[in-house]
Amino acid sequence: MVEAADTFEFELVEPEQVLIDGPMWQAVLPGFEGDFGVRVNHCALVSALRPGIVSIWRTEGEAPHQYFVSGGFADVTADNCTVLAEEAVDLRDLSRPHLQQDLQDLNEELSLANDPDHAALIERAIAIVEAKLAVVGDGK
Amino acid sequence: MPSLKDYRDRIQSVKSTRKITSAMKMVAASKLKKAQEAAEASEPYARAMRAMMARVAAGVAINDSGPRLLVGTGRDHAHLLVVVTASRGLCGGFNSNLVRLARKEISRLQGEGKSVRLVCIGRKGRDALRRDFEELIVKSFVGLGGREGISFRKVDEITRFILARFEEGQFDICSLIHNQFKNVLVQIPSTQQLIPLPVPTESGEPDAVADRGQYSAAEQRYGFEPEESILLAQLLPKNLGAQLYQALLDSAAGEQAARMTAMDNATSAAGDMIDDLTLQYNRERQSVITKELIEVVSGAEAT
Repeated sequence: MVEAADTFEFELVEPEQVLIDGPMWQAVLPGFEGDFGVRVNHCALVSALRPGIVSIWRTEGEAPHQYFVSGGFADVTADNCTVLAEEAVDLRDLSRPHLQQDLQDLNEELSLANDPDHAALIERAIAIVEAKLAVVGDGK
Repeated sequence: MPSLKDYRDRIQSVKSTRKITSAMKMVAASKLKKAQEAAEASEPYARAMRAMMARVAAGVAINDSGPRLLVGTGRDHAHLLVVVTASRGLCGGFNSNLVRLARKEISRLQGEGKSVRLVCIGRKGRDALRRDFEELIVKSFVGLGGREGISFRKVDEITRFILARFEEGQFDICSLIHNQFKNVLVQIPSTQQLIPLPVPTESGEPDAVADRGQYSAAEQRYGFEPEESILLAQLLPKNLGAQLYQALLDSAAGEQAARMTAMDNATSAAGDMIDDLTLQYNRERQSVITKELIEVVSGAEAT
């Protein structure tokens, strides 16, 4: 039985653009205190997100679409779920060799950085690449 | 009295200037379109961020022990002004109006005995303010909007810089001085306080008002994860980044709009000038011919 409202409005928003905007059947978000699933009529919740994977299902039974988010916030209500992420990438666009190259480059850059602000920036970028590597490692 | 050749040269030079200004106008118009699109695309994030802030802030009792980004340091002695200008000129009063406002603000604060530090974003503002306030400038960020426009990552760098200085206790209040994009013809130099952040109230936020009605009708109560006060402390720096990012995109769109208007004016001014010069040139040419005729005639009469 398919009810009229078995989906909720889902939005995945980056500062520079809206990546996804449409009805979803289910979403699993990397919550601050553990992953949590969202379906229609979820209780209202504002949660911080860890760096990790956001999975979304348009309909029941189909394969999920997965995005890596570098952390952010989720705003969930009964019929709406908005995920704010500073960076969100389609998991299929991440590749291990590329990320390892990035990591190597960043580490090199870090060894050359002499300004503490700049170094902190690179360290943060490294943490994100490492988080990406971790999720890519899981998947493949 | 300029000779005919002088007039011709002059007309030629104004004509080539007109070609340049009209080309710059075209370029500015297409960049304006891009900048406006970028500003619009960033709107949902900033809006959702504000709504979320309002929701979380409504759940937290704001008192003196709240996050310092929200309640301030309890002092208002040290000010940090973030001055946003363009990195290029030829855009009418865009930069100079902003710098004027910044100077006014600096002397007002200094007149009240406050200490003022500056962060300059954009080359033009830095260059103008460096003349009088070199020692006040803590840091300048230039070359932000390159070919690919302003990226959030670069703005994030500035946000982190500001936050780090705040953590170190280098200032109590941070304000942004930037051009607000009203429409293509009007950019308003304005100041906006960033730290401590004016508490976003649900009543002050049209979106949130609508939201609240909806939720109280559904009798929903928000859950927070982690608890409100920690969440708020995490949201605040992100919100600062989102605000700054939007302000910079706004300013970038304003810059292109100002340049387009300025170049449009310059192009039509050049057109007027060419008309005037052509008229003068023709008059001069005629008078030369008349003079030559008189010379011929009076020479014939003399013989």
